[in-house]
Amino acid sequence: MLELKHLYKTFNPGTVNEKRAIDGLDLTLQDGDFVTVIGGNGAGKSTMLNLIAGVFPADQGDIILNGVRLNNLPEHKRAKYLGRVFQDPMTGTAATMGIEENLALAYRRGKRRGLGRGISNAERELYREKLASLGLGLEDRLTSRVGLLSGGQRQALTLLMATLKQPELLLLDEHTAALDPKTADKVLQLTEEIVSGSHLTTLMVTHNMRNAIRYGNRLIMMDAGRVVVDIRGEEKQNLTVRDLLEKFNIENDRMLLSE
Amino acid sequence: MLAVLLGRLATVPGTLPGAVSQGLIWGVMAIGVYITFRVLDIADLTVDGSMATGGAVCIMLMLMGCNVWVAMLGAFAAGVLAGLVTGVFHTFMGIPAILAGILTQLSLYSVNLKIMGKANQAINVDKYELFTSLRWVKEIALHNPLVTGLLVTAVLIAVLYWFFGTELGCSIRATGANPNMSRAQGVNIEFNKIIGLMLSNGIVAFSGALLSQYQGFADVSMGRGAIVIGLAAVIIGEAVFSRIFRNFALKLLSVSLGAIIYYIVIQVVIQLGIDANLLKLLSSVVVAVFLAVPYWKSRYLRPAGKSGAKEVDPHA
Repeated sequence: MLELKHLYKTFNPGTVNEKRAIDGLDLTLQDGDFVTVIGGNGAGKSTMLNLIAGVFPADQGDIILNGVRLNNLPEHKRAKYLGRVFQDPMTGTAATMGIEENLALAYRRGKRRGLGRGISNAERELYREKLASLGLGLEDRLTSRVGLLSGGQRQALTLLMATLKQPELLLLDEHTAALDPKTADKVLQLTEEIVSGSHLTTLMVTHNMRNAIRYGNRLIMMDAGRVVVDIRGEEKQNLTVRDLLEKFNIENDRMLLSE
Repeated sequence: MLAVLLGRLATVPGTLPGAVSQGLIWGVMAIGVYITFRVLDIADLTVDGSMATGGAVCIMLMLMGCNVWVAMLGAFAAGVLAGLVTGVFHTFMGIPAILAGILTQLSLYSVNLKIMGKANQAINVDKYELFTSLRWVKEIALHNPLVTGLLVTAVLIAVLYWFFGTELGCSIRATGANPNMSRAQGVNIEFNKIIGLMLSNGIVAFSGALLSQYQGFADVSMGRGAIVIGLAAVIIGEAVFSRIFRNFALKLLSVSLGAIIYYIVIQVVIQLGIDANLLKLLSSVVVAVFLAVPYWKSRYLRPAGKSGAKEVDPHA
């Protein structure tokens, strides 16, 4: 269970560029919730994810994941509990290292890294199996450098890395926004398979309303640093893009464009 | 004119063993630079100071009566400490890496003077049991600097190959390759940068210990421009061998070979009669040009690829 309580975050406080990005945010996710997050530019979606991940500290409020208060943990310690996939396919993987090396790094998330072998042969079998489940033919290219892969392949690999050790919370920050539509669909399908297969608690930020409606069991919309719409269960299943637009008077250009 | 030049070139083969020995010693140093410059993606200027620190500590320990191995271990440890200082400047105190290195390098100048008590300390090869020396360069023996240089390089490459294949070593490589991804996978990148800087400077100081024995003295300015020579070795090695050497151990080997090529070229240039005062200028120009080539390539040349090739000749 994830609890965000009265979160506040202001960037550049006391300057002309002051921007209150998160403004008293409250949000609770039950175990196994797959929540899609929409909202206009500057609504605070990415900021929320970054606060949870510890990219920067919250000004006020609590971030509690399964009873553990994360606020004071640095980013690399929070990584123990979190799987993350980013918007830019370049961010989630190390281009100059091999596929298996990237996976091995992810496999040791949250563990102490000592002088044991970086990759064992038993692991390689596991990786081959997991890569085969992606259906991209990567299982035969274990030692290939990740820099040689396409953006979609890299995102699929990042997704696998984020979930290789089951995270308590999966954070997807517009992870298909940089891909072409066909590849984006494929990665989203993989996302759903992995999330539902392991009952992962997930927050997925997207600009695509259709995807926000199609995937997950709960949809939230953010505006000005708070949750303004929270739809779940049956209501979510029957939701259409038109409903969203009409009911909630959405005026954001980018969201309309990607609809 | 040509005859004069050819005559000078004829003397080159006789100087080759010396050039190669020197290249091997500086190759050790360049492998240290490779760890920061290529693995961690940090240009660490500490090395100009830690090279001399290694030489100073080694010579002073030996003059105090220490065994040569203890002295070289002491030099390594001193370099590790220097790297720790730069690492703390950079991570804990948030100083940009280049500046952190410069600060340590400058302070090491004073430290090195204090260690030696004066700017230069000589050691007599007849009175002390050295590990390596210029004196033995033409002897057929185990202590020939060519042999010792090769041995040290081989052991160093083997140890580093092992280390960078461990969990910690892999996470250090990831830290340099993609810090964002590393943090997201729970890697403490600050800690890793410090470890990398310590290891790198330890190796550089060890190379300083070898060099001071080889030349028979330690000098407070013996590391001046070391970073440039190290970079030159890394770049030459990559330019010549990167197509065939892909394995990490072979990449380290190519750095050592790069240093050897560098010293052979320098030797030839010296034999041709160039003013030796111009050597550092020449080195800098060569390194600057080689560093610029990848940038120019990406900026002014089309990326070579299948689609690119098609575009080049639409009439084909």
